[in-house]
Amino acid sequence: MFRLAAEPLDPAALQRALSDVRAGACVTFEGWVRNRNEGQPVTALEYEAYAPLAEKEGARILAEAQEKFALIGSACVHRTGQLGLGELAVWVGVTAEHRGAAFDACRYIIDEAKARVPIWKKEHYSSGATAWINCATRGGEVGDAAQPPA
Amino acid sequence: MKTVSVQYFAILREQRGLTEEKVSTTAATLAALYDELRARHGFTLPGDRVRAAVNDEFVAATAPLSDGVRVVFIPPVAGG
Repeated sequence: MFRLAAEPLDPAALQRALSDVRAGACVTFEGWVRNRNEGQPVTALEYEAYAPLAEKEGARILAEAQEKFALIGSACVHRTGQLGLGELAVWVGVTAEHRGAAFDACRYIIDEAKARVPIWKKEHYSSGATAWINCATRGGEVGDAAQPPA
Repeated sequence: MKTVSVQYFAILREQRGLTEEKVSTTAATLAALYDELRARHGFTLPGDRVRAAVNDEFVAATAPLSDGVRVVFIPPVAGG
């Protein structure tokens, strides 16, 4: 199950939903909003998603992981909208018979999701500047007059 | 002349100043359409850093552009 969520995530409930007596291992990953990125003090984050394709691509990643690592269950939920420091931005959980597959699958899902799912992150800095991550071009971002110093 | 609908997200949405528009174009491919829009609206991302989707599925930028489709140009993603 891959989904986007506009509201805060409840990791305990997400993990409970994966409960399965066949599983000997459950590995979860939480991505949190941290206060610095590449030396810049970050005050808030904004996530925007192309929802129909994000959901399809997310579901494909989970299906790949299920197959590749013989998982019993898997889920990934990603926040959208404005998030404050310390908030949970993304949650991944997997269950498998044994820990090796569970660790590997959890890593696979978060790595693939970051690389492939059409979700974008805008950072807000304490200077008042903002930037869309991974979208910088030579000369900075047009439209962000108050670009933070490099 | 073809008419397609173009949806914008993230940095492209901000640089275009809207989320969706109808575009009339003679562009033969998605890449050509992006170049046309980039020239018109001053998008900072070069075409080789943008992926394309048609009707909510990824397609190669070199794919031909058909009349009536819904196009999304996808800036470099940054989830997680």
